[in-house]
Amino acid sequence: MPVPLINYIALSALIFMIGATGVVARRNPLVMLMGIELMWNAANLAFIAYARAYLNNAGHIFAFLVITVAAAEAAIGLAVVVALFRRSEIVDVDDVAILKG
Amino acid sequence: MTTFVVLAVLIVASAAFVVSARRTVYGVIGLLVNFFCLAVMYLTLDAEFLAVIQVIVYSGAILMLFVFVIALLSSGVRPFSVGPNRLPHVLVPATILAAIGFAGLMYVFANDVPTRQVASDVSSIAGNVGEAGVFGSVADFGRALFTTYLLPFEATAFVLMIAVIGVIAIAGDVDPPRFASPRRKPDRSEREPILKEPS
Repeated sequence: MPVPLINYIALSALIFMIGATGVVARRNPLVMLMGIELMWNAANLAFIAYARAYLNNAGHIFAFLVITVAAAEAAIGLAVVVALFRRSEIVDVDDVAILKG
Repeated sequence: MTTFVVLAVLIVASAAFVVSARRTVYGVIGLLVNFFCLAVMYLTLDAEFLAVIQVIVYSGAILMLFVFVIALLSSGVRPFSVGPNRLPHVLVPATILAAIGFAGLMYVFANDVPTRQVASDVSSIAGNVGEAGVFGSVADFGRALFTTYLLPFEATAFVLMIAVIGVIAIAGDVDPPRFASPRRKPDRSEREPILKEPS
């Protein structure tokens, strides 16, 4: 039984907003990074759903590139977290105010 | 449709668990469930290769990195999940914000999305999965990736290299006074014998 495309898009938008809410509302840097991962995945789901609806491979390619960039982003984000924690044992991103004017 | 509904409920529930979990490790487990359910959903959308990549890269590499960092940061020092619990205070505004954002996204998409139907069950024939000409097959994916989209693919390699260099530059140098304690190399006579000689 076919599923309308708008269902997949709605699911994608819902995951995206949950991830964005996690980034905005939580102050634990690791949870914020996980929220960003959720947002990447929402974009991937939209890409793949559109690719299936139009029977076009391009969405798959873009989803693949998004996964690669997400891996790079996670590595750099976690490196930043490790560096911050080493320097001052920060567990709350509100305490990171080195660049504050 | 049933597959979609079950997977969607699992995905949304695990995503909500990820952003609301008190302990970061529990959040990682929720993220694992989320990624696996998404991989199954990719399978129902005929994206076999991406489903496998999702499991390998996300669940295998990225989540493992998260677990490693959590274990690294909370060993010896205070646990990472301590701190004021402000989640109850922000719950209502966060929900309102998410609802507004979701409504805005749906408003944009609803004007744009054509009423196309997407198959809900795995529609590719078993046994033909990897062959060329089947939508979403590895052969088609690879051909598109290495011909039409070769330049983005090569740019990806560059991005990954820059990321590796950046990670080493950010986290590679250790703090001299705290971490680079002068470690004395034990003398040969002080070493523990690998094989205990019977005496």
